[in-house]
Amino acid sequence: MTEAVTDDPLSRYVDLVEDVAAFREACERSLPSVVRVNPLAVADPSRVVEVYEDAGITVDGLDWAENLFAVDCDRPGNTWPYVHGWVHGQEAVSALPAPVLDPAPGERVLDLCAAPGSKTTQIAGLQGDRGTVVANDVNLGRLSALRSNCDRLGVTSAVVTNRDGRHLSPSAFDLEAFDRVLVDAPCSCEGTVRKNPDVFADWSLDYIDRIAAEQRRLLDQAVSVTRTGGTVVYATCTFAPEENEAVVDAVLDRGDCRVVEPEVPLTHADGVPRWRDRTFDPAVERCVRVYPHHNDTGGFFLAELEVTG
Amino acid sequence: MTGDGELAANDGGVVSRLPATPADRTVAGRPTRRAVIEFFARRYGIPRATFDGYSLWEKGAGRVWAFGGDLQSPQSVEALGLPVLRVRQDHWKPTTDGAQRFGAAATRNVLTVDRETAATFFRGEDQSLSWDGDWGYLFVATDLGVLGVGLYVHGELRSMVPKGRRRDLR
Repeated sequence: MTEAVTDDPLSRYVDLVEDVAAFREACERSLPSVVRVNPLAVADPSRVVEVYEDAGITVDGLDWAENLFAVDCDRPGNTWPYVHGWVHGQEAVSALPAPVLDPAPGERVLDLCAAPGSKTTQIAGLQGDRGTVVANDVNLGRLSALRSNCDRLGVTSAVVTNRDGRHLSPSAFDLEAFDRVLVDAPCSCEGTVRKNPDVFADWSLDYIDRIAAEQRRLLDQAVSVTRTGGTVVYATCTFAPEENEAVVDAVLDRGDCRVVEPEVPLTHADGVPRWRDRTFDPAVERCVRVYPHHNDTGGFFLAELEVTG
Repeated sequence: MTGDGELAANDGGVVSRLPATPADRTVAGRPTRRAVIEFFARRYGIPRATFDGYSLWEKGAGRVWAFGGDLQSPQSVEALGLPVLRVRQDHWKPTTDGAQRFGAAATRNVLTVDRETAATFFRGEDQSLSWDGDWGYLFVATDLGVLGVGLYVHGELRSMVPKGRRRDLR
């Protein structure tokens, strides 16, 4: 089936969301400014709140994450908690995949598409900086941001590499396999419209098809390099099922991984079992869709996979 | 080994583990692990055991990295852990990020300043200031902890905050 080219890409998704008006309205609004507390620098998040409030900056905790705070200031980077490395400016919903990946201290973790490092640093924080995080990104131009964020937040357990994630092998690090792999895939970024209203200027079905092919190869490689019993988390910041459920559906054809229903603490919808003329493996309904109106965030998609052999 | 004349030259693009002792040295001018740990202990009072869980590496010209992971022989990587110290110069200089990460354990050559002085420092500006302690590279701290590294000479605190890290906190 050929889809008509549209100048309103969000209209593709109105049948997927329950409250279309709220979805449309949320996509028009700008995002709140949110910081994540860096546990490597400050153990008690309430210390961060104290310092902001001492400076006359209003801080609101998010009800679904004790380490995320909306801060009412134009430049969160020009504040004392930031310059001390206590916080990292991060879109709230992008803090979701690291806790689902759930890395333990000592484990070997691969962050396949890591720049600019929000999730790398969060993974290292969850491990207490004990373990190894291979933080890879194919885009050389984005490595400096990845490195500076790791450095600013005091991460010592990260190894930054610049490889094509579709071919990255654990043997390059003397490893047989990784315990956990995050694929925070390059995508059409439709869910970032609140941060970047121009995101649809270059939108095309052609691009979605091309990036979906790359996503399938990245996720395929991620499953290949993860040990049996290990976890792969696949995430995008887009709504297009071609880049989400269809990619998960394709990796299930390998027969050596299954979709797990992740524990997520915020309002969300299930993965969609069919899209246009395609029907997916019903297990994709265990995936997580977060729409902007659900929790006043950007849009997000997340799948948790267990590698079975 | 009879001296650096028989040793290889440093290749700044390669990450290499610091030798444990001078006898293990294979690259000219590379500091030993022991010397780096002694430097932090003697100048800043950081307990030697602080670095027990970290391997130390050189990448770039004299940049020392502390790596908390457990890879044995990483190759062709862009970064390995956290840059903590600049060596291969007369006076070794801790990095801003290394000072923030490990400075909490420091007991000397820590200059604690008020927020206004700290803000000037973090804008990258030099300022007149009296300090009874040693000259040279100091950890500069606020009431919240170590913020960075300053060079104290001739009654002046010179900011060593890298350009990309500077912020206007006014």
